[in-house]
Amino acid sequence: MESILRLGQSTVSVFSGLGRAVIMLMSALLHVPNFKKGYPLLVKQLYAVGSLSLIIIVVSGGFIGMVLALQGYTILVDYGAEASLGPMVALSLLRELGPVVAALLFAGRAGSSLTAEIGLMKATEQLSSMEMMAVDPLRRVIAPRFWAGFIAMPLLAAIFSMVGILGAHLVGVDWLGVDSGTFWSMMQSQVEFGKDIMNGMIKSVVFAFVVTWIAVYKGYDCEPTSEGISRATTSTVVQSSLLVLGLDFVLTALMFAR
Amino acid sequence: MTDILVDIKNMTFKREERTIYENINISIPKGKVTAIMGPSGIGKTTLLRLIGGQLKPQSGDILFDGQNIPTLSRSRLYDVRKRMSMLFQSGALFSEMNVFDNIAFPIREHTQLTDDIIEKMVLMKLQAVGLRGAKDLKPSELSGGMARRAALARSIALDPELIMYDEPFAGQDPISMGVIVRLIKSLNEALGLTSIVVSHDVTEVMSIADYIYIIAEQKVIGQGTAQEIRNQTSGLVNQFVQGEADGPVPFHFPAKGLKEELLKVTK
Ligand SMILES: Nc1ncnc2c1ncn2[C@@H]1O[C@H](COP(=O)(O)OP(=O)(O)OP(=O)(O)O)[C@@H](O)[C@H]1O
Ligand SMILES: [Mg+2]
Repeated sequence: MESILRLGQSTVSVFSGLGRAVIMLMSALLHVPNFKKGYPLLVKQLYAVGSLSLIIIVVSGGFIGMVLALQGYTILVDYGAEASLGPMVALSLLRELGPVVAALLFAGRAGSSLTAEIGLMKATEQLSSMEMMAVDPLRRVIAPRFWAGFIAMPLLAAIFSMVGILGAHLVGVDWLGVDSGTFWSMMQSQVEFGKDIMNGMIKSVVFAFVVTWIAVYKGYDCEPTSEGISRATTSTVVQSSLLVLGLDFVLTALMFAR
Repeated sequence: MTDILVDIKNMTFKREERTIYENINISIPKGKVTAIMGPSGIGKTTLLRLIGGQLKPQSGDILFDGQNIPTLSRSRLYDVRKRMSMLFQSGALFSEMNVFDNIAFPIREHTQLTDDIIEKMVLMKLQAVGLRGAKDLKPSELSGGMARRAALARSIALDPELIMYDEPFAGQDPISMGVIVRLIKSLNEALGLTSIVVSHDVTEVMSIADYIYIIAEQKVIGQGTAQEIRNQTSGLVNQFVQGEADGPVPFHFPAKGLKEELLKVTK
């Protein structure tokens, strides 16, 4: 009996949380935007969530590309297929690793800081005082942060894949001696724009939506105390990582399964 | 008979099980300074939030210039809020902006004024609270009292019809206290603004308030002009004005007996 009760309670709380998240997002985004005021805010947030995440994205992308090339080469060379290194690396990055790893890194780097920042603004009554000044914090605080994350993340994922391919070139061609022309021409003939690049982009757009939404919602909905903020930050990272991985499976099945 | 700007009628507000207000009636006259006094934790901040529409009462009306705040739609409520402002007990300055931008914030959001005029307005407000020199500091670089004065400057930035000051004197030295008292008074006299001042500083409040409400035990226990309050014979009011711990107003948050609780701990 107890456990059924608890199951019921947690189901209710999951759905009411979901409902609040949807309402929050709708009230933040569904209005006529004021470009003159909104643009500088958006640029500022793009810098905070996008530009400041660049370092971690570039460094991780480079290393992942290098590791992919190294691992791929040792396997492919046994079959005399090291010429396929280029497409192998490019396809793994564009279809999977770029969108997924960039989303995970983004959740840890930018998502957590969005949650903590908004949560702290709530705890120190900054959101409340904004409301009393007749400025809707959903539009003034939440909306620019959401858009910034939504725009920045797919770009970061693209940069991640690009740098990864360069890293793979460095290891595969410059170090292990795969022919540079083969590396690029094989990649060019094997990678399809619609199937690989577009599908990868669609994935990262979906992940961007989910991760940023979770991040801003968790901050906005958190309990306004120090523990509340720390719990919200943790759950942003955990929930968005899990959702990204789960959604990745679903999307992959829809896009690539035959 | 003066006009009433804020009229609270038979309002009941509960927080979960605890009743904060029970059928309370308060009228805030237009163009006057009304003080709200009462023991800590009695719900003074809550009352200001109710007037601002951030909390909804269980029953009763809160009329602001004839509009019933709890029943207003979101956009109507935001329109009404443009006519009022509130000095938060914590100050609630925006930590990402410096003092200047904090005070310019409401002006930039609600007016189309040029940067030139905004700068002049902000500097004047900062001058009034003695913080013109601190305009480039971040809120984290201010002392508690300075932060509160900066927040005060922000709340008067647009000269709204109604200003609610939540503990404007807390943490101020006698000099800045005097300045703030005079500031509130002069805003009220020169511009005819309506002010609600929540404070514990009996002498300061008595000196500026045209009308005083003392709240305790979910209701108004005393009201009147400063003179009337001083002359009241009610034990409750006297205790509060004289600042005695023992008396009809309980100093303690409701709890079971001290002896009982201490004995249980040692057991
Ligand atoms: N967010 C909240 N959730 C639940 N109860 C609250 C909350 N905020 C305040 N309370 C309760 O409501 C009561 C009134 O709080 P309020 O802040 O209005 O008191 P106050 O009169 O302003 O006190 P003080 O003079 O100390 O500032 C308090 O007893 C407090 O326990
Ligand atoms: Mg208070």
